[in-house]
Amino acid sequence: MKRILKLLTITVLLFSAFAFSTLAANKPPEKGEVLPVINLPVPKNIDERNYLGLSGSGLFKIPQIKAKTVIIEIFSMYCPYCQKDAPGVNELYRLIENNPDIKNKIKLIGIGAGNSPYEVEVFKKTYQVPFPLFPDKDFTIHKACGEVRTPYFIVVKINEDGTHQIVYSQLGNYPGPEPFLELVLESSGL
Amino acid sequence: MQKERLANIILLPVVLSVFILPPMAFSLSDAFKGNTYQVGTLKPIDSVLKVKVGDPAPNFMLPSISGEKVSLSQFRGKKNVVLSFVPAAWTPVCSDQWPGYNIAKDIFNQYDAILLGITVDNIPTLFAWTNQMGQLWFPVLSDFWPHGGVAKRYGLLRSDGVSERALLVIDKKGFIRYIDVHDINKRPPLEDLMSALEKLK
Repeated sequence: MKRILKLLTITVLLFSAFAFSTLAANKPPEKGEVLPVINLPVPKNIDERNYLGLSGSGLFKIPQIKAKTVIIEIFSMYCPYCQKDAPGVNELYRLIENNPDIKNKIKLIGIGAGNSPYEVEVFKKTYQVPFPLFPDKDFTIHKACGEVRTPYFIVVKINEDGTHQIVYSQLGNYPGPEPFLELVLESSGL
Repeated sequence: MQKERLANIILLPVVLSVFILPPMAFSLSDAFKGNTYQVGTLKPIDSVLKVKVGDPAPNFMLPSISGEKVSLSQFRGKKNVVLSFVPAAWTPVCSDQWPGYNIAKDIFNQYDAILLGITVDNIPTLFAWTNQMGQLWFPVLSDFWPHGGVAKRYGLLRSDGVSERALLVIDKKGFIRYIDVHDINKRPPLEDLMSALEKLK
């Protein structure tokens, strides 16, 4: 009986350790790695759904976005640098959307670390953000991404077979729309 | 044998907590870089309120970082007032609170409300700290001397000399209409404050 109890305790401990390690990372996502498990709600807004090439409702994972490359900005409405960079990131979206060669290949999303849906909306409205933003009220995604400081940019290449790879990541220091787009194109091989 | 059992009983929750309890999450802007002091997880609330909803708000006059003195009574009959007490400059959650309010000026205006940010830090510290947040539209007040005097009158001064993370809404007649003494380790969601302001309409 005692042995069974000990075995059970060890199993629970090992399982907890494993489960927790999949939820929280101790370092930011970096080049060459795959993304942590991130589940996002399919946008209710039809334009945003179309932009991401998604349909229906429920949750989706970032590699399901219909694109060759996805740029993720982890931001917060409470972050001064994210506020300062917001117009420049909007401009990056417009640069991509106005270029027929890359328009359907590169998509941009934002994840509001610790931000409620209301707070994300305040940010979206204040800066007229034209691309989809997702709340992460309980810091779940933020924890999975190693509790990065904001803004944190991740560029993900999505392969034909549905696999993906992080090809670039950067903390802050947003260099402006043109240089950043260059970095994206170069790193993702577009 | 009994000792071994006792040790197991003590050890098990400790070991489990390491794996199961998630770490405290802070979303920290890169604007502050390595200049914030990590305070760890603190006792959520460490004071006893001396005011309640419906009470007249105790008046005060405090120096602000712009050099002017600001009193609560100067807004009587003119503006609803939101008091945002935050514990300390250069700490993680506090550094991640007022910059959000800074882009919500339109919403505060919509509710005819002014925001007063208050900490127990001195003026030079507050000046340097808030400079990292960009140009703030609301007054930032120092409750440094007598130390934490205003926080103490409201029952918001913690035993270590910093204030609670608290939000109070005071109507134009000077009455307290909302109090949120928040868990010091967490940022209050903006929508809770805005719902309180909505009720003043």
